[in-house]
Amino acid sequence: MNQIHFDETLDVRGLKCPMPVVKARKKIGELENGKILKVLSTDRGSVKDFQGWAKVAKNIELLAQDTETEDQAELYIHFLQKAD
Amino acid sequence: MSVSDVTSSGKSVSAESLVERLTDLETRLEALEESQPDDKVAIIVFSGDLDRVLAAFIIATGAAALGQEVSMFFTFWGLSVLKKRNSLADKNIFEKMMAVMSPGNSEELPMSQMNYFGVGAKMLRKMMKDKNVSSLEEMMEMAREMDVKLLACEMSRDLMGVGDEELMDGLEPAGVASFLGESLRSRTNLFI
Repeated sequence: MNQIHFDETLDVRGLKCPMPVVKARKKIGELENGKILKVLSTDRGSVKDFQGWAKVAKNIELLAQDTETEDQAELYIHFLQKAD
Repeated sequence: MSVSDVTSSGKSVSAESLVERLTDLETRLEALEESQPDDKVAIIVFSGDLDRVLAAFIIATGAAALGQEVSMFFTFWGLSVLKKRNSLADKNIFEKMMAVMSPGNSEELPMSQMNYFGVGAKMLRKMMKDKNVSSLEEMMEMAREMDVKLLACEMSRDLMGVGDEELMDGLEPAGVASFLGESLRSRTNLFI
């Protein structure tokens, strides 16, 4: 999973719903088409949230999701690509 | 004529009649597409309760993040959310009573339950802060940044005697028809 190439990273660790998605939306808006954003979140709900977002939004593709353990806390990683 | 009639009648169908039917279908498809809802969400905020208004703004900012065009209509007690202060100037006795007894801005909103004269609302805000949940004010700021439309119901504003100078800047006055104009084209409509 770590070998996924990404262009930018967004750290929303500590933030709760709806902020991970809201901040990611803003960040994606700044990126060019085709660029990949890696999002780091500690919000357990963000896993389903990003899936829901990718399902609804036309210009977003959720490439992969991953879970890691960091300092005994779960870290949820999302790779989003801005599409046309 | 159904599709099976065309195929069963074989060569007897003329090119003109096919073109005619195609044109008819195109017109109907266009009308159908026209009647589909847009990527919009319309929310009526009737309540002036902190907990309910929080829910409204979480949904609004979330929907905006998902690429939806969001309109929020604030009416009745919901108007308190948009206030920056209470003013007693140019008000009659009833309007003054309304002003004195209602919150002067979003930070003074009570809880719908367990409010206990504002202690409950303060406690909820403290708990939100401790757990790193964005405050109502942060969410309102975020909503404006994401171009969520905030509309103030003109009739209830006038009825309760809330002056323009008491409300935040940049609001659009609105009536029931302008709300319905949005809601009828929206995929999701909420009354909170």
